[in-house]
Amino acid sequence: MKTTMSTLPGKAAIAGIGATEFSKRSGRTELRLAVEAVRAALADAGLTASDVDGLVTFTMDTNSEIAVARELGIPRLSFFSRINFGGGAACATVQQAAMAVATGIAEVVVCYRAFNERSGHRFGRVSAAAAAAPTSNGIDASWSYPMGLGTPAADVAMFARRYQHVYGATSEDFGRVAVAGRRHAAVNPNAWFHGKPITLEDHQTSRWVVEPLHLLDCCQESDGGVALVVTSAQRAKDLPHPPAVIAAAAQGSGPDQFVMTSYYRDDLLGLPEMRIVGDQLWAQSGLRPGDIATAVLYDHFTPFVLVQLEELGFCGPGEAREFIAGGAIEMGGRLPVNTHGGQLGEAYIHGMNGIAEAVRQIRGTSCNQVGGPVLVTAGTGVPTSGLIVTGPGID
Amino acid sequence: MNSIEAEAGRLKALGESEPRLARDPVNEPMINNWVEALGDRNPAYPKFAPPAMVQVWTMYGLNGVRDADDPLGAMSKVLDAAGFTSVVATNCEQTYHRYLRPGEQLAVTTRLSDVVGPKRTALGEGWFVTTVSTWYVDDEPVAEMMFRVLKFRPPEPSGSVLRPLVNQDTEFFWQGTAKRELRIQRCPDCRRLRHPPGPFCPVCGSATPEYVLASGRGSIFSYVVHHHPPIPGKRLPVVIALVELEEGVRMLGELPDVPPDEVWIGQEVVVDWSRVDSELTLPVWRARHD
Ligand SMILES: [Zn+2]
Repeated sequence: MKTTMSTLPGKAAIAGIGATEFSKRSGRTELRLAVEAVRAALADAGLTASDVDGLVTFTMDTNSEIAVARELGIPRLSFFSRINFGGGAACATVQQAAMAVATGIAEVVVCYRAFNERSGHRFGRVSAAAAAAPTSNGIDASWSYPMGLGTPAADVAMFARRYQHVYGATSEDFGRVAVAGRRHAAVNPNAWFHGKPITLEDHQTSRWVVEPLHLLDCCQESDGGVALVVTSAQRAKDLPHPPAVIAAAAQGSGPDQFVMTSYYRDDLLGLPEMRIVGDQLWAQSGLRPGDIATAVLYDHFTPFVLVQLEELGFCGPGEAREFIAGGAIEMGGRLPVNTHGGQLGEAYIHGMNGIAEAVRQIRGTSCNQVGGPVLVTAGTGVPTSGLIVTGPGID
Repeated sequence: MNSIEAEAGRLKALGESEPRLARDPVNEPMINNWVEALGDRNPAYPKFAPPAMVQVWTMYGLNGVRDADDPLGAMSKVLDAAGFTSVVATNCEQTYHRYLRPGEQLAVTTRLSDVVGPKRTALGEGWFVTTVSTWYVDDEPVAEMMFRVLKFRPPEPSGSVLRPLVNQDTEFFWQGTAKRELRIQRCPDCRRLRHPPGPFCPVCGSATPEYVLASGRGSIFSYVVHHHPPIPGKRLPVVIALVELEEGVRMLGELPDVPPDEVWIGQEVVVDWSRVDSELTLPVWRARHD
């Protein structure tokens, strides 16, 4: 494997987090949600719009950087960037911001993601537009959509079935991820499923969406927005909250990579793109899996949480089910996962709400407080990204 | 709906169909075969016939043709014409008045008892059709059967199949499916096979890909059963299989004829063709039984 010394670790920090409420019907435009989230994040960081000189979002976000800048009254932008591949972009927006800050291209960069994903365009439905996109992605989609495989749940279910077949994992093994997420969400007042834990039996009796995935293997669909303020670790020290220092930030795409349908590789048991992310996170931070106190693992569908635990080295291939059954991902376990409730329990904001949770863990303000270092991942099944954040003591 | 109810009323008013004679009288060889197949060692047989055999005596046989005045057949035609084309039996209750003995000659009549609907069911909107059959020996009724079916409208797939985007790099594949040929891209230089195809060979860089014809045979590498949400042009639930062709490449396709709980990884399949319209033919998989 190729390892290059990175000069990024420790240079930048997340100094502010902000969010709208998480709902099923926001009742307002996506632009309004985006601006509300950015305003909240700036207030949290003790900064104003005129401090901002960079904006980063997802390619999929419908709110242009210039529209957000106009509404906020940002007079001057020197950096704006967008990351492709759906939820795989989440941690990469922070990486973009950190690189801009570390190189002096910008001083304060805000990463944002806002949508009416439940009341507006729902990603869980079959997207005729994605299938007909006049791009190489549209051509790629032609090998799955016309054949009847056309939703993210179905795409993941194809991997999950093979994973079950080879490793002997069961639906209950997937279900334990949802049970843990909902248990964590139950004590998070901002979670949609606050006060609503589930049992493994609830999971098993929930209806099929795409076998082998039950309804409760699938994350919710949400309206809302999240924003993160990234600035230099130096400047962050003088801001109100303890900075969440970016100890590592990486993107990854694997061999023969497709969007959700990388079915043509040797096996369907792993997420090579996540291993590429993980290898960089360990190399940049100098940390090992044993050093990580808690993780925010992208949980649009439960099976890929198991695969991520394996690809990131928290357990061996095929061993995640035992790791999870032993209680490792719950509070008090070896590696509490998704302490905010994840996208299964808190909200589906394309992974950005998970980064905010990592910052709360560093600040000591999570509803399920564990501490750092925290590893965060972005969308799975797609080219993806990851972060490790630590307190200011580690560099 | 009116025409369904009117037709039901007319058929009910016709009452019992003409008696139809059993092909053979009640007989010991048939009783022996039946009790042997069912493992019924009751010593009363074959001196008497098992009561549950009553329907056996008046079956149409392999090449039988339903009587023109059979009310279930007539009512089914009416419902078929109204789009309620699928059928599932829901209830069957038999009443026996006495044992039958070898040598007795049975006849059966059927009347339409009830047609109730339209009802929303898990299978789709439909009508419950109830008939009552009576078996006679001469003028003596010896057994009756209430038989109920649901004739339902299979849920229509919403929209039409999503069409592939086709360009110069991929048109060979779709031109192939139109001719019922499964084509796999092959590099002319390093001979590597590849699916999905692209303009270059990722191994040796050749820019002039060719194709070979696949045998169409392969085995299921993984599969899903899609229940929710709707897929344009597909009737749910639908099985979508990722098949590893014997040439070594993998390909997705629907597996339309195998019930979801009878699909397994490793199952042998062969390609077949689903013609959507004059522009588009999709490959699908069929289970292979050779
Ligand atoms: Zn080649």
